[in-house]
Amino acid sequence: MVLSRFLDNRNRLGMLFMLPAAAILLIFLTYPLGLGVWLGFTDTKVGRGGEWIGLENYEWLWTDSVFRLSIFNTFLYTVVASVLKFGLGLWLALLLNKHMPFKSFVRAIVLLPFIVPTVLSAIAFWWLYDAQFSIISWVLVKLGLIDQYINFLGEPNLARASTIAANTWRGVPFVAICLLAGLQTIPPSLYEAASIDGASPWQQFWHVTLPMLSPIIAVVMTFSVLFTFTDFQLIWVLTRGGPINATHLMATLSFQRAIPGGALGEGAAIATAMIPFLLAAILFSYFGLQRRRWQQGGSDK
Amino acid sequence: MDYLESLPRRWVTVYIPLLIFLFVLLFPFYWMGLTAFKPNAELLSSNGNPFWVQNPTLDHFKKLFFETSYPSWMWNTIIISVISTFLSLAASVFAAYSIERLRFRGSRQTGLAIFLAYLVPPSILFIPLATMVFQFGIFDTKWALILTYPTFLIPFCTWLLMGYFRSIPYELEECALIDGATRWQILVKIILPLAVPGLISAGIFAFTLSWNEFIYALTFISASENKTVPVGVITELVEGDVYHWGSLMAGALVGSLPVAIMYSFFVEYYVAGMTGAVKE
Amino acid sequence: MASVELKQVRKSFGNTEVVHGVDVSIDDREFVVLVGPSGCGKSTLLRMIAGLEEITSGEIHIGDRLVNNVPPKQRDIAMVFQNYALYPHMTVFDNMAFSMKLAGTDKREIGERVDKAAKILGLSEYLDRYPRQLSGGQRQRVAMGRAIVRNPQVFLFDEPLSNLDAQLRVQMRIEIKELHQRLKTTSIYVTHDQIEAMSMADKIVVMNGGHVEQIGSPLELYDNPDNRFVAGFIGSPAMNFLPGRLVTNGGGRGVQIADGCVLPAPQTHEADGREVVLGVRPEHFAIGESCVEVEVVVVEPTGADTQVFCRIAGTDVSAISRERHVFRPGDRIHLKPMDDKSFLFDPGSGRRLQ
Repeated sequence: MVLSRFLDNRNRLGMLFMLPAAAILLIFLTYPLGLGVWLGFTDTKVGRGGEWIGLENYEWLWTDSVFRLSIFNTFLYTVVASVLKFGLGLWLALLLNKHMPFKSFVRAIVLLPFIVPTVLSAIAFWWLYDAQFSIISWVLVKLGLIDQYINFLGEPNLARASTIAANTWRGVPFVAICLLAGLQTIPPSLYEAASIDGASPWQQFWHVTLPMLSPIIAVVMTFSVLFTFTDFQLIWVLTRGGPINATHLMATLSFQRAIPGGALGEGAAIATAMIPFLLAAILFSYFGLQRRRWQQGGSDK
Repeated sequence: MDYLESLPRRWVTVYIPLLIFLFVLLFPFYWMGLTAFKPNAELLSSNGNPFWVQNPTLDHFKKLFFETSYPSWMWNTIIISVISTFLSLAASVFAAYSIERLRFRGSRQTGLAIFLAYLVPPSILFIPLATMVFQFGIFDTKWALILTYPTFLIPFCTWLLMGYFRSIPYELEECALIDGATRWQILVKIILPLAVPGLISAGIFAFTLSWNEFIYALTFISASENKTVPVGVITELVEGDVYHWGSLMAGALVGSLPVAIMYSFFVEYYVAGMTGAVKE
Repeated sequence: MASVELKQVRKSFGNTEVVHGVDVSIDDREFVVLVGPSGCGKSTLLRMIAGLEEITSGEIHIGDRLVNNVPPKQRDIAMVFQNYALYPHMTVFDNMAFSMKLAGTDKREIGERVDKAAKILGLSEYLDRYPRQLSGGQRQRVAMGRAIVRNPQVFLFDEPLSNLDAQLRVQMRIEIKELHQRLKTTSIYVTHDQIEAMSMADKIVVMNGGHVEQIGSPLELYDNPDNRFVAGFIGSPAMNFLPGRLVTNGGGRGVQIADGCVLPAPQTHEADGREVVLGVRPEHFAIGESCVEVEVVVVEPTGADTQVFCRIAGTDVSAISRERHVFRPGDRIHLKPMDDKSFLFDPGSGRRLQ
């Protein structure tokens, strides 16, 4: 507590200091958030202001099989990619936590896929997935495992698997490095105590590592789910939603309808439809944080 | 208890899985680099070893720099990233100090609001923002991006800096107060010097986020010479069905280099920024 | 230099009052220690004197000036914090010079004053170092140096030694006392350690639960505690308390404790049959003199003296003696309280009975 006598002063100074950030966020974040919801109830087109049409956009979308497919795709993409990112990320974090030569160098380069612009690494994947020149197909053919080049992005299910693989590739380092930071905060004495108590490595993982790590897992995975759910760049580069809309996510469909398609109102409605799912994820995160406070008891402060 | 583990066992449980991870994570970069230096003839032939380049060439880079607007995309991206990063950092320092240290009435709620703002994804904001950008008459200008990037940079930087400010003991400020410093002097002479690592973390992370941004740049910019690198590469280098893989990869490589180089210098700060934002 | 006067000072956080009307007057050049268990309000009181906390009601005067609404920097005080609060990004010199720089003091004068303070504290060689390059004791000295360069009217110390190890604490305690004898600046020192209080203070203010329990010189508090709290808090090892009933026993007054034994009581006007608590300091038991027979539980020989823990009628009691007794756990020994050095307290209020 600082001088309570400065209370008034402090409130005023606090407001003054908040002003630049608050102004930018209110104008360019809060207002458009509301505007987006409002646009979803209008028939606004590019270059033409819209009229209030109530739930018409949503009624039409409800019957639109492409929109329904995009919801399915978004969930499939989010769930499968998140599970993979979590499993592989945790495994990689455990590997990186071991003693080994060039430890810090290895840790540093592991994060490269995450820091390179997604669009640019997606272009590399586009090339890797090319129907005619894919190096993956080339290797598989040379090994005699297949006799025809794989059309990675041309078949609906293959395209889904390929985009999920690319997303996982980018997300695993993020999960791994965050979980590694969590692993390093677990005191070694806990493992020493556990091993003296006769716990096997598997039991140590199950009874020490996982419970100690669970708060950070909750937060990291919420972020991961959130970013995967609203992903746009990767899909846009690799497939633009194709083939036959098999990889359209809600975000890409929203863009497609609103910008090249010109139907801003409909696009906004699709974007708004993502909000309930995001809220659910945020609530999950909030309770994850609550749990964390409870778990740490008094040791935090 | 690593000493009990035999070397062959460590190979199976640690080194081999790790090498596979590294191979998968790094191969696309190798492939990107290799393709960028391969002449077209080699790219399209199915003979020879595709994992190496026989006659390396700089043709793709030449094409990139002299036959496309790539240099101006680069320049645009640098200008936009630098300005929006500095703008956001400045606003965030004041906001974070205000929330974390001035503790004005409602600061807790403001802190929570900042965190929630951090979770609002660009993919639900780009349509309303596009209409606003149009109304403000800044469509297809750098300002469209400089003003909208702070919507994700400020929440991130503020959140990160709040964590850093929290780690600075209160007594330092109280002591400075007794020593006769004003609020402004405390911020400038005590808090900011001590928060330099946090400022670096937030700064480079914000720069990377701006550099990587795609959906706003794709939506708000239409003229070729105004585009940023990620948008330019994907929209301008692809002509019809003929993909110029060589120059595409060269463009991706050159566009990744600035962030990769900066990352290599500030790995620790970068990791601290990333994990710090998640931990708090 | 100045006197400090606290009149009916109260502090509330929200609806909770944590300091309930404290009156203390501190003379010019005096070294006053505020002592009490954690949460007793002593730090809050110090921070109110410093101007870091608002005064809910009451008055604080420094010298002849009412300072209730004076910001800290204008109170002409200096404060040494528990964790030193050294600015980590400044050298020792800059740490000590910071307040003078802010005040726009002439560069040469800053240099002279810092040099002088550094010489007093033996820090002259360390002026270019950063706090992280110093040991705990040196950091403590820098914190004090920062206080003395300003030549303030009052020094405030907030538990300044509690981050040091035991040996260093004793040494720094002596240094602070020596410094005070040299500079004679009015000092207010907060600690929870009664040994620090006893060894350093001209005057001790014992606080508990937001109240002042007693104010006096160290020996006054030791010899004449006003109540059970002060009696138990001052003195180490702590005083023993035995509940019982006043009786007259063959001409002398005594306290009959639970198992029927009668221990000699100090002089009192209270009537027989009154419930009392007898307080005896461990050093005021005569070991071996026949009065009450007890069983030895633990013996702690420290070389200079021997402390014996035993049990009388269900109450744990310790006795300390300069002689080297060779007792074993289970031995039965005799203890006798020295009647002129024991105290009687009211069992309910804890008030001293005389």
